[in-house]
Formats: sequence, C-alpha cells, structure tokens
Amino acid sequence: MKKISTLAALPVALLLALPAAHAADEDAYAEFKAMMDRSFKTTGIAPKHRMYQLDFQKACSQEKQPSKAEMARIEAEQMKTIRYPADGKYFGDWKQGEKIALDGRGLTWTDKTPLNNGGGCYNCHQLSHHEISYGTIGPSLLEYGKARGNTEEIIKYTWGKIYNAKAFNACSNMPRNGDAEILTEQQMKHLMAFLFDPASPVNKK
Amino acid sequence: MTEPTKYALPVAVATLLALVPLTAPAADKMMEAINEYRELLADGNPSELVAAQGEELWKTRRGPKNATLEQCDLGLGPGVIKGASAQLPRFFKDTGKVQDLETRLMTCMETLQGIEPQAVIKAGWLKGERENMAALVAYVVTESNGHKVKVDLKHPAMKKMYDMGKLAFYYRAGPMDFSCATCHGDEGKRIRMQELPDLRTHEGAIAGWGSWPAYRVSNGQFWTMQHRLNDCYRQQRTAEPIYGSDVTIALSVYLAGKANGGKVVTPGIKR
Repeated sequence: MKKISTLAALPVALLLALPAAHAADEDAYAEFKAMMDRSFKTTGIAPKHRMYQLDFQKACSQEKQPSKAEMARIEAEQMKTIRYPADGKYFGDWKQGEKIALDGRGLTWTDKTPLNNGGGCYNCHQLSHHEISYGTIGPSLLEYGKARGNTEEIIKYTWGKIYNAKAFNACSNMPRNGDAEILTEQQMKHLMAFLFDPASPVNKK
Repeated sequence: MTEPTKYALPVAVATLLALVPLTAPAADKMMEAINEYRELLADGNPSELVAAQGEELWKTRRGPKNATLEQCDLGLGPGVIKGASAQLPRFFKDTGKVQDLETRLMTCMETLQGIEPQAVIKAGWLKGERENMAALVAYVVTESNGHKVKVDLKHPAMKKMYDMGKLAFYYRAGPMDFSCATCHGDEGKRIRMQELPDLRTHEGAIAGWGSWPAYRVSNGQFWTMQHRLNDCYRQQRTAEPIYGSDVTIALSVYLAGKANGGKVVTPGIKR
C-alpha cells in the first residue's frame, strides 16, 4: 500500500516518462489483482479478505527474494510484533508440546473454529528421536535443546522464532504462530518445553 | 528454503550428521514401503469404475434439452475425446475464454443439454452435478492416458493466463503466509512423509499436473483437477477459490505450460 501512495505522489510528467514496459507490468498486475478478487469467496471461518496481502507478504510473492535492504526493513518491522511472556516463564509441559507439534489442523475453511489450532511443526521439521513421519521444508530440530543449551539468548531467540519467524528471515516459509494468532502463548510455552526439556524425546533418546 | 537461522543452522546440521545412522534409514525404509504400496495400487485403479459411469453419462440424454454430450467440442472438434484433455487448457473462440476441462464441460452441458453452470458451481464436491462432472472427467482423461501435454503458450490469451498463473503461484496470503511455492517451490521436499513435486520445474510439473485427476486411496474418492487445486488452497489457509474461477484456470495453464511435452498418466492413483 505504501508503494501506491508513493507513486500517486509522483508528478504526472514523471509517470508519463516511465518506460512503456514498466507501465505494461503495472497494467498486468492490476489485471492479476482483479482476477484474484473475483476468484475467491468467503467459506466458513475463512473470509475472503484473507486474499488481501500484508506488505511483507506482497514483497515475498516473487520468484526471487526482495533486496537485502528490503528484507532488513521487513525484519525490523516484524521484530516489533514479538511479545515475550509477561510472567517471564517460557516453558510449559513438553508432553502437551509434542501433541501440538504433531497436530497440523486449524484455520482452514473446513475447521469449525479459529481456535484450538495445531502447530503443524512435523509438517516441515524433524523433531524427536521416535517420530519418523516428519517433513523437510524446514531444518531438522532434532536435539534442539541439547545442542544449543539454555542460555537466555537462545531461549529468547527461539521464542521469537516461534512467535514471528519473519523477524529473522523476512520471507521465511514458517508461519507467524504468535503474531498471526495461530497458537496461544500457553501453546507456545508447551512447544518451548518440547524443544528444550532434557526429558523431551527431542533431546532424550 | 532452508531457514537461515544464522548460527543455529550449522549446529543443527552437525547434530543431524551425528545422528544420521539412527534416523534417516528408518525414514527411507518407510518411503520405500509407501512407494511399493503405490505401485501395487496402480494395477487396479478404481478410476475405471468412475470412468465407466462417465462414459455412460456422456452418452445419456439429459437436461432441459434432453441431449447427450456426444457433440461436445473439447478443442479437437465435436465428439473428439482421444487426446483432448492433454491439450487443455486452451483458448476457445466460441466462449472467448481460456477453459480447462471442467469449465469446458460446463459449457457443453449448458449449450447442448441446457444444464446451468451454476448447478455444477454451487454443488458440493462429489455431490449432484459436481459428482456427474467428476465421472465425465474420469472418462475424458482416461482417453488421454499416455498422450503428451500440449498447450499452446503462443496464443496471446494463453500467454496472459500463464503469466497470471505464475503470479498466483507465488502469491502469499492468509494467516499462515503460504503460497503454492511454499511447498512446491523447492527440490526434494516433503510434508510429513508426503513427497512434494517442485512445480517450478518441468519434471515436477509433469509429475504433478500429469498425474491428476486421480483416485485417492486414502478417502476412496476420485478427484478432478479443480478439486485438487481447491484442497491446495484449503491447506494454504486462504479463502476458497470459486469452482472454475480464473485463478484456477491461470494456475492450470502455468502448470500445463511447465509440463508441456511430458507424458500424461491419467487418471492417476494417489495415497
């Protein structure tokens, strides 16, 4: 949206001076947006406005990543969204965390409620020693806590990554679990325990 | 695609290497078993039953005009089915639109039989006219099995749809920020145990586009390409694409364009 307002502020003469190819791109993009607008509808808990992009979603919707400067700008913006636990407690119950990691349900138009979502962690990550049905879109997190220790720095980093991965990599494939209200603070605490607890199968064979 | 977590990743890689002998072979064995299972399934593809129903429907007088679909033009002339779906989507002069198999069949149902497109668009999956559509699709795509994907990207309307399809493929939206490319934009990735075709490449596109529509063993259902794309969007957590809408046609042209020249294996058989 910011781009549009900047463009509108340009003198008309300058707009006319733009290369024809650029103007054609703008036309094609406007046509694309119109196509998207007429192609989707609200169903159940999934409203049509889900198709309207946030700024960073738009910037990350290309074959190539945005420029380094743009990535850094997005990351700084997203960093501001992270809320750390008000009570200063980062860890819940790893057994509940494991269930959340395995559960990939939630937020589709066939789900009854936008609440009680799974974390879907196993869709993309290897996590525990015993679960072999794991995806590979994200890196393996096997022995996460054992390998990294439990310094305040790594704990806060991990919380932030779960809360809003875009703060660390603007175009990350990982959802913003906290910022987009996919998971609750308590659910994220359970996931933290699953990752860090020495008794969790992530760390213990 | 790998998350550049800066310092965390090298540690994860080192840890993984140390543990590879224990974990990776277990996953590989599981994949092998799944692939063997799929091969066994392919011997008796239940799509044949759906296709037989479709053939009967094709030749049955239906709708307000009490007509069959035998004069339906899928792009190779009235009544020509052999190889027709391998060359879809295509631009049709009579409608002035690029159409995929399902939207083209809707046109035939409307013009020949007088069946309103809304009867298909508004029905649920595998219900009413949408169920009839699935049967017709199974029949038609069986007649393209073994043919090569051949879509004409030089036609200006097709070229435009291809470009729109590419934009749609990378379009991130919704509460999880996903696009098609999130899962299908890298080589050799999986969700859980499900291998994902890299749809940016010819090989990936023919593996994906070329093996749908398909029979899904897990739920015992025959799924059309519209059904497949709809469920991709459901899992992306976006809003729902309208049946036969332009975004579904654009994505189909993009995938078929990438798959051009590859061999079609339809109906496919899936887990």
